[in-house]
Amino acid sequence: MTPMASAPAPGHPAGATSPRPPPGGPGGGPLDWARRNLFGSWASTAITLVMAYLLLRGLWGFFSWAVLEAVWTVPANANGQPDTRTCRELKGTGACWALIVEKHRFIFFGTYPYEEHWRPLLCIFLFVALYAASCMRRFWNRNLALVWIVGLSVIAWLMWGGFLGLPYVENERWGGLVITLVLATFGIAFAFPVAIALALGRRSRLPAISTFCVTYIELIRGVPLISVLFMASVMFPLFLPEGMTFDKLLRAQAGIVLFTAAYLAEVIRGGLQALPRGQYEAADALGLSWRLKTLLVVLPQALRLVIPPMVNSFIGLFKDTSLVVIIGIFDLLNAAKTAIVEPAWQGFGVEAYVFVSIIYFVFCFAMSRYSEGLESELNQHRRR
Amino acid sequence: MNAIPQAEAAKRPMIELRKVNKWFGDFHVLRDIDLTVHAGQKLVVCGPSGSGKSTMIRCINRLEEHQEGDIVVDGVELTNDLRNIEQIRREVGMVFQQFNLFPHLTVLENLTLAPIWVRKVPRKEAEESAMYFLERVRIPEQAAKYPGQLSGGQQQRVAIARSLCMKPKVMLFDEPTSALDPEMIKEVLDVMVELANEGMTMICVTHEMGFARTVADSILFMDKGEIVEQGPPSTFFANPSTERLKLFLSQILGH
Repeated sequence: MTPMASAPAPGHPAGATSPRPPPGGPGGGPLDWARRNLFGSWASTAITLVMAYLLLRGLWGFFSWAVLEAVWTVPANANGQPDTRTCRELKGTGACWALIVEKHRFIFFGTYPYEEHWRPLLCIFLFVALYAASCMRRFWNRNLALVWIVGLSVIAWLMWGGFLGLPYVENERWGGLVITLVLATFGIAFAFPVAIALALGRRSRLPAISTFCVTYIELIRGVPLISVLFMASVMFPLFLPEGMTFDKLLRAQAGIVLFTAAYLAEVIRGGLQALPRGQYEAADALGLSWRLKTLLVVLPQALRLVIPPMVNSFIGLFKDTSLVVIIGIFDLLNAAKTAIVEPAWQGFGVEAYVFVSIIYFVFCFAMSRYSEGLESELNQHRRR
Repeated sequence: MNAIPQAEAAKRPMIELRKVNKWFGDFHVLRDIDLTVHAGQKLVVCGPSGSGKSTMIRCINRLEEHQEGDIVVDGVELTNDLRNIEQIRREVGMVFQQFNLFPHLTVLENLTLAPIWVRKVPRKEAEESAMYFLERVRIPEQAAKYPGQLSGGQQQRVAIARSLCMKPKVMLFDEPTSALDPEMIKEVLDVMVELANEGMTMICVTHEMGFARTVADSILFMDKGEIVEQGPPSTFFANPSTERLKLFLSQILGH
């Protein structure tokens, strides 16, 4: 072999000798990808095999627990109580879904009168329908607000009843998933405008307003939600005149709204501060009043910037509603917890918690996916 | 100093600054500024950076607040009264160095926003007028795009059109070409020259001396917060009377 053959001659076209990726390089089939990335060397092959083994074992273990070995129904014993011996004999090798089959109504509806369960069920569907409609861009018009008002009125009528043929159900008896959805929906709907007002107020030039907003935000952020709820439930009535009472649920709702608003306000303020000063100046120079400037120029941009942290807060709020247990309201999580207090079902906590976790996950994941879509849609102008 | 061209003297003053003083903290940024701009006059303001040029024109529409002296725009005195300020801002258009278009709105929406909401022009009429001004700045085909999709020169022309849509009586330009790539400066200056030829009252802070020569009725040189020299382009460039202006001119024209 001559030296000339191994080294490219000067002036040789570069394209002919430059190293090319091997055929079927990046973008080859999944098998090529696996060969390159998972079985590239002895060490990599060994790690791949160990990981695959652990993964499959874990998945198989869960599958076998949740499906193969699971008990779906239990017979009733002589007293009409469920006989959970078959479940107990599994000693944890299989899931006792019989608990969910037996208690799902309690987990969804709490202590709502049994024969009226269709009402909260309908409410859950109504809520989901309202969320779905609000997510679709083509429904974004003035009518949507009307749809919400009508929807929420129907929900209120279904839950409380008391007229048009529905028996009255006091909200002490509401519980389960409906409570979670009520607290979260109203929580988000009311905390959002309050938070915007607080964020704008904190940046106000009027010292009275900004001091109030700063004090409020710092005060509320400085205490745990549990103590806010506790105060709303126990201490607040002490300040009211004799005989005047607010509904417990309403107080919890107010507590959640005020608490979330403080956090959300800081998130929104972050968005306001991220806006370049030139945007404010351009709006000023065009003669826009403070109100128009805020509504048309500042907020549309600031809120888009903070969609991810805002959704973070909303998801946090959705799950934090479970803290209302402290004042004795049975939301989804606490209903599930109560369901396993009964002696027959004691010890089946895992099944109950897995079940409610899935429900929480479905709602939170939906929120997160939707916000991703919304973000990319609303930030189209950032793309070139 | 501060000589007003005789031919203009008979005209009505559009902008008057009398003994205007402003401080940023301890820094005395505007010192006893006296200035009169008549309707139809084109004034170019130049000077080294930090001399207070931008601050001065930003005082005219109250983006900056002056602490002493009077500013009268088209017969309305600038006070702390919000209605006065908004009234003046409606009549005074401003073009910024950084364009400051609203990135979340399309070009057309940028142009119609203020006419619709501030001037209460019907949407259809506002859009027609916006298209007219987009044609004037020669980019009607970009109406549906977002500002981020345009080049710097195009953005600045949109910004000029946006100001014109408010039918202002005065246009303030705050270094409109300083943030542009060299090859885009001309397209913006061309639009400004056209505007000047139509008789718009203009105050323009710029370092584009070619533009100043062809367009300005009067050029004003500021340094360290005061007006050092003012005159028509012919005498301004040919016979600068102060050392400071001579030094400045040698620096910017010297190469």
